[in-house]
Amino acid sequence: MINNDSISVGGKLRAFLLDKIVMIVFLGFVVFGFIVSDTFTPSSFTNDIVTRFFRNGVLVLALIVPVMAGLGLNFGIVVGALAGMLAIVFVRYHYTLFPGIGGLLLCFAIATPIAILFGFLTGKLYNKTRGQEMVASLIVAFFADGVYQLFLLFVVGGIIPVRWGHRMINPVAEGVRPMGIRSSFEMGLPAGEMTGRGFGDELPGMARALNNLWRIEFVYALLAVAIAAFAFLVIRRVYMKKNPASGMREPLWQFCVKSAICGAVLLFAIYSSGVIYYWYNVLANTPDINRLDHLPGISNFAVEISRIDRFPVVTGMVIAAIGLFIVYFSKTKLGQDCRSVGQSQQIANVSGINVDRTRIIATIISTVLAAWGMIIFLQDMGHVSTYTVYRNIGFFSVAAILVGGATAAKASVKNAMLGLVLFHAMFIVSPAVGMFLFDDGNAGEYMRTFMVYGVIGVSLGLYVWKALKASKAKFRLDDAP
Amino acid sequence: MSQNLLEFKSVSKSYADNQVLKDVSFDIRPGEIHALLGENGAGKSTLMNILFGMPVIHSTGGYEGAVELEGEKVEIKSPFDAMALGIGMVHQEFMLIPGFTIAENIKLNREIEKKNMLNSISSRLFGKRMKTLDFKQMNKDARAALDRLEMNIEEFTFVAGLPIGYMQFVEIAREIDKTGLKLLVLDEPTAVLTESEADSLLSAMRIIAAGGISIVFISHRLNEITAVADRVTILRDGELVVTKDVKDTNALEIAEYMVGRKVSIERASDEARKLDDEIMLSIKDLHVAMPNERVKGVNLEVRKGEIFGIGGLAGQGKLGIANGIMGIYESRGDVFLDGKQMALGKTRKMLSAGVAFVSEDRKGIGLLIEEPIDDNIMFTAMSIHSEFLTSLRLSDKNAIREHARKMIKELDIRCTSEKQHTGRLSGGNQQKVCVARALTQKPTVLFVSEPTRGIDIGAKKLILDLLLQLSREQGMTVVMTSSELAELCSICDRIAIVCEGEVAGILPPDAPPAQFGLLMSGVKDFEGEVAS
Repeated sequence: MINNDSISVGGKLRAFLLDKIVMIVFLGFVVFGFIVSDTFTPSSFTNDIVTRFFRNGVLVLALIVPVMAGLGLNFGIVVGALAGMLAIVFVRYHYTLFPGIGGLLLCFAIATPIAILFGFLTGKLYNKTRGQEMVASLIVAFFADGVYQLFLLFVVGGIIPVRWGHRMINPVAEGVRPMGIRSSFEMGLPAGEMTGRGFGDELPGMARALNNLWRIEFVYALLAVAIAAFAFLVIRRVYMKKNPASGMREPLWQFCVKSAICGAVLLFAIYSSGVIYYWYNVLANTPDINRLDHLPGISNFAVEISRIDRFPVVTGMVIAAIGLFIVYFSKTKLGQDCRSVGQSQQIANVSGINVDRTRIIATIISTVLAAWGMIIFLQDMGHVSTYTVYRNIGFFSVAAILVGGATAAKASVKNAMLGLVLFHAMFIVSPAVGMFLFDDGNAGEYMRTFMVYGVIGVSLGLYVWKALKASKAKFRLDDAP
Repeated sequence: MSQNLLEFKSVSKSYADNQVLKDVSFDIRPGEIHALLGENGAGKSTLMNILFGMPVIHSTGGYEGAVELEGEKVEIKSPFDAMALGIGMVHQEFMLIPGFTIAENIKLNREIEKKNMLNSISSRLFGKRMKTLDFKQMNKDARAALDRLEMNIEEFTFVAGLPIGYMQFVEIAREIDKTGLKLLVLDEPTAVLTESEADSLLSAMRIIAAGGISIVFISHRLNEITAVADRVTILRDGELVVTKDVKDTNALEIAEYMVGRKVSIERASDEARKLDDEIMLSIKDLHVAMPNERVKGVNLEVRKGEIFGIGGLAGQGKLGIANGIMGIYESRGDVFLDGKQMALGKTRKMLSAGVAFVSEDRKGIGLLIEEPIDDNIMFTAMSIHSEFLTSLRLSDKNAIREHARKMIKELDIRCTSEKQHTGRLSGGNQQKVCVARALTQKPTVLFVSEPTRGIDIGAKKLILDLLLQLSREQGMTVVMTSSELAELCSICDRIAIVCEGEVAGILPPDAPPAQFGLLMSGVKDFEGEVAS
């Protein structure tokens, strides 16, 4: 008896470790990076994480709906990203007509119908390559890349006439026909950051146009988020207690741990907000100084806090809105159909759900979100490598959501958020780890690549292994039926 | 006006030249439990496919005759037409999504949408399917359906991990939750259940029928039919045998109707054959994990030189026996060949010990479809006994050609040459190649599974004659597994009937048909009579 119990506990622990192995390795890597490096300050690390979180957020969220519909991890979000690229190239070519935030909004407007078309075609392809959607999504990304390059390098200029000497177009000698978009260009600095030098700087551009719409102190945003999270936890707890039939369950210890974390963050946010508020009010009397560390007598803590970049509220709200949309979507009839189709196409079909159409809609949603995600990504970056920047979007986003605990069959907004933080923390500490292990900061680039493909390989391998084990169970002698 | 709920009127159906239903007429009354019975291939599934408008019927030219529902002729073009008419079915394989709750499964694609402002806005903006779902109401409906079946499991439990008996109830709850359900078809619902689960299912069926819903109960378990059904209809070879009130008949009579008298046909003149008493093959407590054909503890003794038949209905485990012994599926138990214990699960050792196997899965494991006939005939002998090899262990082309031509001639394999790919051959000729391969191994024991499945009459006869000849002239021990009782009876010395993974009984080929029928249906308590 005792023996049996200890096995089952050990087995449970092993299953748990196996389940979370990727997450644990990443966490270990990040902690290791912190320990071995002396270059990180809390503020620089937070800045890096926050920047990357908002830059990549929508792209990772774009992966959830296809997983729900049983299409697996959609490496084909690259196709959507290309729709965003096309829109940006068009708007940037006409930068005099569409400056600033207006241009950025136009990008969204142009990218959406293109992405719907691309998503429709990609969805058709996935329906034809049933069972091999992930491989198909990888290949369709490469194929779309080829078509995109053909279009921007040769069709633009070759068939669509372009202006000679335009800064977006490859420079050629006078009298030669201009052809092809340059291999890199700038999004153009936003109104507040314009220097008056360089391409397009006579007009406000699209770089950080969304981010800069409304920024608040980071700790204030933290305060708001912590309050919201705490309220959410409590309301959900009450709802679960009142509606046992909802099927949602949460053990008490989990609620306690979550509340404790939330509470700690809340306390920290209240304290640091107070500090910052106090110093800024002092500062209000000395308008020339815009960093706290110029003030005499200020604490190190306040300086460190003040070094964290101001929080891009609108970008944050866009990501939150898309996250909420996905949760809402999963509770609609269409979302339920997606889940049915994802679990069993045959049963969904027999029940009268239009399987092919549902899968195409899921692909379209993913592709459109990817197009928006690419635009948000580039407005944050400010610099566009026309023919390379989108290439790794698929791999990096997939790796991020997998680190967050998703599989090819199950993914949630929570996985996406957690994965974004962990994955990019890995990205940030990689150079430090490379420096420590190989005495070479460039080795960090190797670590990154290794971790990205490693996480995809290990996660998918584990997933397939588990599925195989389950399917073999029915060939086993002593298992039911 | 008719008092019948459903009526089949002279329904006939052919697939190409193969007539599977001939002029079948019967009716189902409101609120009755009507058992439908027949061997495999008797036409039950075809009849149900017609009732549900399955695409397979319409893509092969429809059917003749008429189906009338409440006195009116209906054209059922798709399963959804059937659903709309109030006809529901619980399939043998469960149509349940394991990751969903019971309620979600019951309401699958019939989900209830919330009626609120947000929904009317979002449905207008993004289409009808963007309405959120009213899980509360869905749970309430599911609860009501489960209560009707007197099932007290929580409706928000996930289906994954439920016992199989519960899954069956969830399926039935889904059907009775549909408004306007008039007829419920249960296809072998008790096949996967334990005895107590089956009992509670039968009482649930009585509750449903008492509520006015008719039930078509497809089953081969005679005791269940006699326990629960009001009337029984028996099909055999696509023809209606009889429809009877259950209280006017009994298990023995039903079994006889099911199997018919065909079993006594064309048995070669019985020359009062004396069988060796020596045991060639002995099987003790064999378990095999073959999906859908599980073997759960079979004991058999096969005598030297005998043709031993294994029969039974599909899915009962008869095919698992040979597959398990040959190591195709995981197995457990003791197998003795000529007194020596054999290692189970070691295909190679079985083959080299002189056991050959002609599989029922001709195209899967029987043949290398992309390879020519001669290689197919030779490859087992080459790799097991190192025959047809030159001194350098390369294949001996001349010997192979010679042997292949000899086999082609002896077995009358119709082909262009010994180099023709087996994929191009007809089913009968493919089967002959399989047999030729087995014979090339010069086996002492030959397992043949479903040797005549899907082949024409000429080839059928040739193969059966060949098996007979191997046994009589060469003293080979043959174990033949077949779904066709008639062919088992025509050449076998003894026939074991397998039911639910175990041997229900062993009969001589001239035993009365009713006894075969009873054994197939799992009724064992008449054995005393047989012995006498």
